[in-house]
Amino acid sequence: MRKLFIAAALSALAGAAGAEVKVGMITTLSGGGAGLGIDVRDGFMLAIEQSGRDDIEVVIEDDQRKPGIAVQLADKMIQSDKVDVLTGIIWSNLAMAVVPAATAQGVFYLSPNAGPSQLAGAGCHPNYFNVAWQNDNLHEAAGAYANSAGYENSFLMAPNYPAGRDALTGYKRMFEGDLAGEVYTKLGQTDYAAEIAQIRASGADSVYFFLPGGMGISFLKQYANSGVEIPVVGPAFSFDQGILQAVGEAALGVVNTSQWSKDIDNPTNLAFVKAFQAEYGRLPSLYASQGFDTANLLLSALEKADPSDPDAFRAALMEADFDSTRGKFRFGPNHHPIQTIYARKVVKEGDVYTNKIIGVALKDHADAYADECKM
Amino acid sequence: MIAERHVNLALVLGLIVVPSWALAADEPFTITLATRAVILALAAVGLNIALGIGGLVSLGHAAFFGIGGYVMGILAYHAQTFTPLDLGAFSIAGTKAMPVIWLAAIVLSAFVAAVIGALSLRTSGVYFIMITLAFGQMFYYFAVSWRSYGGADGMSIYVRNSFPGLDTLVPIQFFALCLVLLGLVLYLNARLVRSRFGLALDAARQVPLRVRTVGLDPLRLKLAAFVLSGAVTGLAGALYADLNRFVSPAMFSWQFSGEIMVLVILGGTGRLFGPVLGAVVFVALEHFLGGLTDFWQIYLGIILLLIVLFARGGIIGLLCGKRGLHD
Amino acid sequence: MQAGAGPGVFRGPPRLQRDRTARHMSAILIVEQILNGLQFGVMLFLMAAGLTLIFGVMGLINLAHGSLYMIGAFVAAAVAGATGSFLLAMICALVAAAVAGAIVEIVVIRRLYAAEHLDQVLATFALILIFSEGTRWVFGSFPMYLEIPDYLSGAVTLPGGIQYPLYRVMLIGAGLAVGLGLWALIEHTRIGIRIRAGENDREMVAALGVDISRLYTLVFALGAALAGLSGAMVGAIQSVQVGMGEPVLILAFVVIVIGGIGSIRGALVGALLVGLTDTLGGVFLPELFKLFMAPAAATSVGSALASMSIYIVMSLVLIWRPTGLFGGRA
Repeated sequence: MRKLFIAAALSALAGAAGAEVKVGMITTLSGGGAGLGIDVRDGFMLAIEQSGRDDIEVVIEDDQRKPGIAVQLADKMIQSDKVDVLTGIIWSNLAMAVVPAATAQGVFYLSPNAGPSQLAGAGCHPNYFNVAWQNDNLHEAAGAYANSAGYENSFLMAPNYPAGRDALTGYKRMFEGDLAGEVYTKLGQTDYAAEIAQIRASGADSVYFFLPGGMGISFLKQYANSGVEIPVVGPAFSFDQGILQAVGEAALGVVNTSQWSKDIDNPTNLAFVKAFQAEYGRLPSLYASQGFDTANLLLSALEKADPSDPDAFRAALMEADFDSTRGKFRFGPNHHPIQTIYARKVVKEGDVYTNKIIGVALKDHADAYADECKM
Repeated sequence: MIAERHVNLALVLGLIVVPSWALAADEPFTITLATRAVILALAAVGLNIALGIGGLVSLGHAAFFGIGGYVMGILAYHAQTFTPLDLGAFSIAGTKAMPVIWLAAIVLSAFVAAVIGALSLRTSGVYFIMITLAFGQMFYYFAVSWRSYGGADGMSIYVRNSFPGLDTLVPIQFFALCLVLLGLVLYLNARLVRSRFGLALDAARQVPLRVRTVGLDPLRLKLAAFVLSGAVTGLAGALYADLNRFVSPAMFSWQFSGEIMVLVILGGTGRLFGPVLGAVVFVALEHFLGGLTDFWQIYLGIILLLIVLFARGGIIGLLCGKRGLHD
Repeated sequence: MQAGAGPGVFRGPPRLQRDRTARHMSAILIVEQILNGLQFGVMLFLMAAGLTLIFGVMGLINLAHGSLYMIGAFVAAAVAGATGSFLLAMICALVAAAVAGAIVEIVVIRRLYAAEHLDQVLATFALILIFSEGTRWVFGSFPMYLEIPDYLSGAVTLPGGIQYPLYRVMLIGAGLAVGLGLWALIEHTRIGIRIRAGENDREMVAALGVDISRLYTLVFALGAALAGLSGAMVGAIQSVQVGMGEPVLILAFVVIVIGGIGSIRGALVGALLVGLTDTLGGVFLPELFKLFMAPAAATSVGSALASMSIYIVMSLVLIWRPTGLFGGRA
């Protein structure tokens, strides 16, 4: 990690002489949510380093997961650093605070994680590209998986905030069975005993939950010990490499949906996993793969056009002519990916908990908001 | 020891010279940082009226800051979507005019401060700290679950609100506007401290009994201070929302209440310019330390700790020796 | 854990039967939720007891109490990861938190006893920043792994056919045992006599030749140990991550303020009140509103009110009794 900083710093120094492209990365590097931002940054910088290009300057700043700070950093990067491209934001609420103003000022924004529905639908913008997913995607895939697994009566749970309600909407969009219950928990809640009791009493045959970060860890640990045996399905966020070791045995065997997994069999992905592990001494996460793909998309577009020619650069981005860790990758008309989403199962490899693909949940899936996007 | 008015003068000069330099050197972000410092200073000046002069340790001032922010957010949202704001019996149109928004923010936060103050002032000491915190938390959770206005995600206002005769989107103009407001509030604050009300309040803080013997009710004095304090912090909230063109429940969080308190103590509690110095130093620290290391908050913590332990009376106390502006 | 069971195995019972089950379940559900509230309250009590003790004896507001809770959880996770022993992890967490508490008291806190509440708030706020980012520096940015040992995992069947996690039963038991121990310590030992004396009259205690500064260090370490222990115990069923202490800290403050600052008995009553209000409010308020509102609106109003409920309770208590239920002085 330190090495990369030096690389970035060196390129920054060199950049003073002749940087052609300036990239601003606003991401979460301190506080409780720092793990995600660090992975995006490390994946991104790995790709930049591998490219061997020294004419790209990456300015990295910590948003502390505070929308106000993120907005100021965006102002700084656009006004003072004069960046061509912004990227890095993890959280949807921060993205909603930053992206519309940034793209309106003519800057390109490549999202390595957040994909709020507003930016995919009516609020889409020619300069906004999402390399990860639209927020609903993994939840829709989970609903589709639940159908194929034969579940008929699901209990749904998510925190009471917009992304939580979108998550359950996404699941319900695909799920064909009944609902045994739908519960919205407090954001940041750490104890789920009350909800688990409701699950026990609900008569559900499956539980779908979206509880990002520490909330998911707490829930899974408590659920595993509750004696409730109803199978759980979740999105990748609670079963990702960074978090999985903290959940441990409680996650073993749980099916989760993801557009990426370290065992997707293509040369780019295998090389990425290996290189990431060699560079940072840990397995890459979903977020690292998204950071890596974002940088490679950027690099592929820079081969063809310069951001100073926005139309050409936009067309080059739209082509998505790069080798993605997910295999085939293309953008839909609203600049969100059309991609395959897998069902994975948590397994233990030696001492390390990780995921194994067990099937395809949704093939070449586009998001539900593309029709609302007029551009 | 340096005279306090020299420190104040240097501070005012700094707040004029640095942004002017930034304007000349084409460093707009420095202006944005300075604007942030000025707005946080305004919030802290508000808290200082309760804290420094009234002796009321409120850990719930984020409530007023957030109310100011949401007043701006809601009015501007209705203006930008051309939908009327439905208030039950009647509805009003949204607005993007800053003076109207400010007035609404001041009136509403003063009203809420009056209610919270009237209930909270029944307690004192630590209980007062905690009951104000509780009210702040209530507003926080209310905003989180208020779906019409973005819930936990907050909401964006895409174009900064307008002020007659100015282009507020130009950083230096918006900065100047905020600085003038801060100056105005500081002037009123200074007048207030020297007024009969200010003197009585100061006495109510130090020797409540003596105030009562001359026929004044210390509780009512404190309540009045609390209301003024809330109104000023509410105004700052409206400006802060305009700076970021964004409001979210984070403005209501107890951490933010703590942060404004840090600004006041850092600069010097009860000093007229203490909150201003505190805000400037805090924003500068945040900016420069953040550039040095991922773990910059450790150093921020250590600096704060050293100030409490070895510089009682804050930075102004350190520079000028112990004397509050009201002694 | 459960997905291996595969579809079809846990298919819900037929509709008619399910309705009857649901009605039968609701009584069990209420009891189970009360147990959950009780368990939450007992854990809050461990946090609040230390906080209230420190305030009662030294008059100190310690915002960094949540950091000691976090240290307990991280040390427990590290020790359990290295040795595999849960019991050893708990002991180490307790000791580490106590040692950290003692060091902090000697280096920083003892300079604050004479200071105003305001300075105490700022200094301990600064300590939170140092501890949180320091922990991230030492242990990394990802949550840590700490799990319930096999012999405490799974559910037990309580009288009445209620399935309840064994570990939570243990938490209730352990919390009550520690509370009892604390009471015995304060009421029946020499140290306890000194602590009580210290609460009443500092100068007198010092005049009687008790080493007051050592007593203070001891009390602070004791409070820290309780926080560390509860962090470690709760860490096994929650996420061990940076920042985990602050939400609990706020709740613990609510508890001691409701109970009356300085009163251990008040802390116990306050903790149970907060634990039950928070748990039962979250479950039953949305149901209550469904009686006279549309379900969607009821859920949102109910959960909004539920998240505010403990603060509403607290302000009502303070408006009614400005120094809390069992508090004497402000």
